[in-house]
Amino acid sequence: MTNSIGEIENAQALFVIGSNTTETHPVIGYRVKMAQKKGASLIVADPRRIELAEYADVFLQLRPGTNEALLNGMINVIIQEGLADEGFIRERTEGYEEMAAAVLKYTPEYVEGITGVAAEDLRQAARLYAGADSAAILYTMGITQHTKGTDSVLAVANLAMVSGNIGKPCSGVNPLRGQNNVQGACDMGALPVVFTGYQRVDNEDALSKFKKAWGVKLNSQPGLTVTEIFDSILQGKIKALYVMGENPALSDANLHHVMEALEKLDFLVVQDIFLTETAALADVVLPAAAFAEKQGTFTNTERRVQMVRQAVNPPGEAKPDWLILQELAYKLGIEWHYETPEDIFQEIALLTPSYAGISYQRLEEEGGLQWPCTDGEHPGTPYLHQGKFSRGKGLFTPVEYRPPAEEPDEEYPLVLTTGRNLFHYHTGTMTRRSNGINAFKPEEMVQISIDDAARLGINEGDMVEITSRRGHVKARAAVTEKVPPGIIFMTFHFHEAAANLLTNNEVDPVAKIPELKVCAVKVEKTEP
Amino acid sequence: MISLTINGQRVEVEPETTILQAAEKLGIFIPTFCYDPELTLVGACRMCVVEVEKARALVASCCTPVGEGMVVHTDTERVHAARKANLNLLLANHPLDCLTCEKTGNCRLQDYCYLYGVSESEYSGDRKNYEPDATNPFFVRNMNKCILCGLCVRKCHEINGAGAIEFMNRGFDSKVTAAFDDPLENSSCVFCGMCVDACPVGALTPKQGLRKGRPWELTAVKTVCPYCGTGCGLELYVKGNEIVGIKGDALSPVNRGLTCVKGHFGIDFLQSPERLTRPLIRKNGELVESSWEEALELVAGKLKEVKGTELAGLSSARATNEENYLFQKLLRSLGTNNIDHCARL
Repeated sequence: MTNSIGEIENAQALFVIGSNTTETHPVIGYRVKMAQKKGASLIVADPRRIELAEYADVFLQLRPGTNEALLNGMINVIIQEGLADEGFIRERTEGYEEMAAAVLKYTPEYVEGITGVAAEDLRQAARLYAGADSAAILYTMGITQHTKGTDSVLAVANLAMVSGNIGKPCSGVNPLRGQNNVQGACDMGALPVVFTGYQRVDNEDALSKFKKAWGVKLNSQPGLTVTEIFDSILQGKIKALYVMGENPALSDANLHHVMEALEKLDFLVVQDIFLTETAALADVVLPAAAFAEKQGTFTNTERRVQMVRQAVNPPGEAKPDWLILQELAYKLGIEWHYETPEDIFQEIALLTPSYAGISYQRLEEEGGLQWPCTDGEHPGTPYLHQGKFSRGKGLFTPVEYRPPAEEPDEEYPLVLTTGRNLFHYHTGTMTRRSNGINAFKPEEMVQISIDDAARLGINEGDMVEITSRRGHVKARAAVTEKVPPGIIFMTFHFHEAAANLLTNNEVDPVAKIPELKVCAVKVEKTEP
Repeated sequence: MISLTINGQRVEVEPETTILQAAEKLGIFIPTFCYDPELTLVGACRMCVVEVEKARALVASCCTPVGEGMVVHTDTERVHAARKANLNLLLANHPLDCLTCEKTGNCRLQDYCYLYGVSESEYSGDRKNYEPDATNPFFVRNMNKCILCGLCVRKCHEINGAGAIEFMNRGFDSKVTAAFDDPLENSSCVFCGMCVDACPVGALTPKQGLRKGRPWELTAVKTVCPYCGTGCGLELYVKGNEIVGIKGDALSPVNRGLTCVKGHFGIDFLQSPERLTRPLIRKNGELVESSWEEALELVAGKLKEVKGTELAGLSSARATNEENYLFQKLLRSLGTNNIDHCARL
């Protein structure tokens, strides 16, 4: 997020796109609703009539996979109606002309043909967003999990810059991160191209700095992303996989492909707190401590580094991941001498400019710090890009709409879009083992429109079979007004009805994110 | 700025400040049941009454704005008598089962009765006789203990937005219920647990901690929720080696005490009998328990066999920064940059 969570409440306009905030980030969802009650304009864009749609001034129910057209359309209106922030564009950005030329054809009427959103609603949304003194965009995987997710993110940035809604309190671009420490995992360099703090592995200065600090030889060739790793396993290029606290056997697109890869490996080691679907395939399983059984830090979606404290002991012989890693390193001939997580954190701060001013002592005293925090006196950064972008000038990038990789046809006439529900989390490793939650929401309920259900003879609670080109699953139907005709929705929480057996593993060319939000399926009523 | 005097101490505050807030600034305690700074002021419980010189009657300090030159007394006999009368009325219709009540030691009704020396009610009459509702998997609702402060109703409407509960009926028959007095699980309730945290008495009790420990036996550990990326502060209440209660951390700048169902009621997976407790090694197709020594030797041996980029690793968006840092440090030290995690999923 470029803003802080606390700023949401005071924004004058909020544009929520591709984020079912009240279910995936409930506490941020409360803030959005509070802002709306305090008078903020609320614009919501989502293929489903999510809860926030009920609070929205304008609800744009777009077809799945048409984000860039919608965003380009809003920019078109902002420019045509003289709502662009010309001073901001002139002083803070570059590339405006090319971008403006690219959105010319995205008139509200043209966009209506692609997205299904009424031209007048689009105009109204653009006016509310660009007309407010402060406006923040919130988005999640509804923007990114597409074969053109990178384009959508660029279009979001174009929209924010054209209206000058970035680099100020309550104004910015705010991807809401989905996992407790996904921000931290990225910051710590759990990515193929970067060390900590986004220092590239192919940058000579960074490489020599880490070589020196770690006393080892390092590879300057960028590595592979998770989607590429599975392809490479199947090509025989990767032979061993070490998985720490992830469950790709349920979370990744096109599970048959993933399972084939996991089974082809010469060696699979999984470190986790439960015998997950992935761990069950492993050659060795290492028992790890859970969050409340160890000390450390998490970094949340607003870049706030916070202390994680130990409340209880790990069960049996389970150990914290950091200790397991250190003991394994020793067996591999690499000697580390960390006595506590704090020792590790000090090394991180030393090697990571954006974390340089953060210490356990300050986290204890100040209750969390938002990076960049570059020295011991730095108070942290509640919002980014004040006065200047990280790269200097903000770069507009022309974006063209492309259809999703797979569109409905006669054989597979419906679009499946996937996500989470309020009660469960990711692959259910934790929530399916929480007694109350699992008792209350024990199974998948595939959401189907009233029209489609009537046409297919499906009633609420009927067992249905959902089939795509890649697989098929069975689940009970929830007949609902939340989804429009032509679209069904499933979560990926339930191994009994694993939505990712169906999803498409075509990826975005830049970010390598699979198109989890759009694939073509058919639905039939079946026996339980 | 407005200047006023409370219990003989002068204080300057912003206009629109309430007497209660001005007193807080001076560190003067005023009891409340229905007050919550995040919620609409209703002035319903009358526990916060104070005496204002020249005012006709006692005023509710939570919703009375300060005035220039105001002279306030919070601890006069008249104020005490009013608060005692209030407690007397509440106790007339409140079970005195403090010996077994989960709220004992953390109950504002109990605390105030102690403070003002009210051990039983001077009034006798009908008592509520509702069946406690334990049908939902998360918490027990005992409406015999409800003092109708309305904090739960306002949390539900004003913070969560679910609007699942509301007052039903009038007078003696007043009761906080879901629509049609149905069980909560049939309502729009999303079990965020904020009503449970707000309840000043024992009307709403989480099932997780039932008979697991008294408040004074528990240690509160502040940490961060393990679910979504919001990073809400949680307080875990621990007895021995077990987490027996969870509350939102009111001092966290992220969530200011607010919670959702996962953070509030979804942490018991820690105690699941399915937790992994020993390393496992596949032998003859089966995963069997092993020692750490054997497991780590085996892993190290296998990792030594593969060369550089033949190794890949998936790190964890659930693990700590320190652990993610070490994971990539280890893999890069072994010559591979094939490191990723589920940020894309």
